[in-house]
Amino acid sequence: MKRQLLTGNAAAAWGARLAGVDYVPAFPITPQTEIIETLANWFETGAMDGRLVMFESEHSMVTAAGAAAATGVRVFTASSSQGLLYAMEMVYTVAGWRAPFVMVNVSRGVASPLTLESDHNDIFAARDSGFLQIHCATGQEVLDSILMAYRLGEDARVRLPVMVNMDGFYLSFTREPVELPEPAQVAQFLPPYDAENIRFRASKPISQAVAVLGGAPYSYFRYETHLAALQALVVYDEIEQEFARTFGRTHSAVESYCADDAEVVFFMIGAFATKAKDAVDRLREAGEKVGLVRPRLMRPYPAEAIRRVLAGKQAVAVIDQNLSMGKGGVLHSELASVLYGHKGAPPIIASFIGGLGGRDISAEEFYEIAKQMRQAAATGNTPEPRLLYTQNELRQFRKLQAIAVVERQDLGGGTA
Amino acid sequence: MSEAAIKRMKDLPSTHLLGTGTPMCAGCGGLEALHEIYDILGTKTVFVNAAGCMTLLSVYPFTPFRGSWLYTAMASAPAGAQGVRDALDILISKGRMPPEEDLATVVLTGDGAAYGMGLSSTSAAIDRGLDFLYICYDNEGYGNTGQQTSAATPHAARTATSGGSRGVPGFKKDLFAIWAAHRPVYVATVIGAEPLDLAKKIEKAKGMTGSRLVIALSPCPTGWEYDPRESVEIGRLAVKTGVWPLKEYVDGEVIHTHVPHPRLPVEEYLKKQGRFRHLFEPVRNAALIDEIQARVDAYWASVS
Repeated sequence: MKRQLLTGNAAAAWGARLAGVDYVPAFPITPQTEIIETLANWFETGAMDGRLVMFESEHSMVTAAGAAAATGVRVFTASSSQGLLYAMEMVYTVAGWRAPFVMVNVSRGVASPLTLESDHNDIFAARDSGFLQIHCATGQEVLDSILMAYRLGEDARVRLPVMVNMDGFYLSFTREPVELPEPAQVAQFLPPYDAENIRFRASKPISQAVAVLGGAPYSYFRYETHLAALQALVVYDEIEQEFARTFGRTHSAVESYCADDAEVVFFMIGAFATKAKDAVDRLREAGEKVGLVRPRLMRPYPAEAIRRVLAGKQAVAVIDQNLSMGKGGVLHSELASVLYGHKGAPPIIASFIGGLGGRDISAEEFYEIAKQMRQAAATGNTPEPRLLYTQNELRQFRKLQAIAVVERQDLGGGTA
Repeated sequence: MSEAAIKRMKDLPSTHLLGTGTPMCAGCGGLEALHEIYDILGTKTVFVNAAGCMTLLSVYPFTPFRGSWLYTAMASAPAGAQGVRDALDILISKGRMPPEEDLATVVLTGDGAAYGMGLSSTSAAIDRGLDFLYICYDNEGYGNTGQQTSAATPHAARTATSGGSRGVPGFKKDLFAIWAAHRPVYVATVIGAEPLDLAKKIEKAKGMTGSRLVIALSPCPTGWEYDPRESVEIGRLAVKTGVWPLKEYVDGEVIHTHVPHPRLPVEEYLKKQGRFRHLFEPVRNAALIDEIQARVDAYWASVS
């Protein structure tokens, strides 16, 4: 086993390479582009055997990914943000084809306003598509999760495409030491893709992705996809154990950090959870019983595991790096829906929105959140949802606006 | 099938491969063309479909195709064909599929996809030199939703979204020229009412490698408003009046495979269709009919 300093993007490319993918339909978008450039180079030099094809849009790219998977090859692709949204019709469509492949999403905020930096509104737009979702916090996880995603998606009990998510910039462009598994070990863990009956062959004509008429056949296929996604929870646990036996690393569906004896828990996903871990360490040093719970699986939703790990906690602070306009955080409402009415469910489930468009969440903010949670637990009152934004940020923003106005006046532009 | 096996009507295949009992309308000119095309292409094919009338050919759990089928979406059937083609190539080159299991990739879309939403993905597929055959059944409007105006709708035709006395103000997009400008290996126009011309072209396209694209003008009883039994006659009139030139693009050159002589007045074609009735009733709109005639005359003057 080799350890290398790799960006999150390079770790993703290594995941695809080690998985022995046959086909990569590609389209560039920041902050994902490094993945397809790396893979293109490996196909070019013969380090990988197969084909990378540039498409004219993500919509076409995902169509081709699904079509190639439906023909029986192992497919990898990647996108981000606007690209994922542009492809969204096909993201929903190909999931129903039940032809597995893996797509890495490098999370980036969605327009408007246009931005390059990270949050999770892009990946959550794909939440109800039928793709399974694994959310990563480190480069190692990105690589490992891609290998696991192929096992999971290709399992005969599942047969669904899988998205592996990493945060743009914070993870995609950050170099971390990553262990590269030996190809022989990978081969042992991840056998070649057996498409079984999902494929086109001259001797076995097949109609795939056909229309239905009426609600009953439509519901039949939609329920089947949902049940397959739920089945992936069972399959994931098997794969996780086998992965641990093969590689000596564990990536459970729900990561629990210092949560066993915790009274207050941070609940979040992705790379920013590593910031929460650091805050937990500091708070623990100060004698506070604080922990972190980080689901890696978002679809299927590991409801049972989450209930188990949160049972008996006094307060949960859900930190969402996404915003459903007019509602709030997606993680928060989903968590509340699986805890409500269950024995041992924490009485306080509070919502915090932060980290939008790459905005940092500082250690002080974690401390403040923990403090509010202790107060809420003591009084029994759940605080109103909070949109994290500091006085200083607002001041800087106002300054920027003021400078722009002055500049415009000085240069004689506009009417102000 | 050996090279140029089809020379006369009696050479046309007598075995018909496409099943019957589809939900297509009676007298569908697109289905007529598809029957003829499928007889030539055969069953070692995968039809990659975009949203349109013919999406309803394969409705779970039935299909008229004896070969394979993949429905994609409205805009990206050529990208679906790319994925299938690439996957088959990879499987063969890696020895994971015997070559005799290979399939020809055929894109099947209406004019709504071909002339509009799917033009970008078609352009890109030709850029990449995708080895595929594109069949566009062109019924000159969004037929499946009730004949709204598309980029393929001809000037002055009345549609569900252009109901005025002058019909559609725009002009039918020259998709043949747009496709040919990409310099693919083959582009052709066909019509089901001229089965020999169609068969020769499909046979030729079948024998080629690379991007091959065919537009089949598809008389549409419901959208063009005429009795279904008139479909073949209206198709023939489209050719005889010169409204639908039968041609092909090969090696950088456009060749007309049939030059109507003498050309019938366009009026003969227009007056049979309800979508042009406003040109004749309640009063004859001679200026507009003349304008349409002049445009057809100018086309043929430019190519002769």
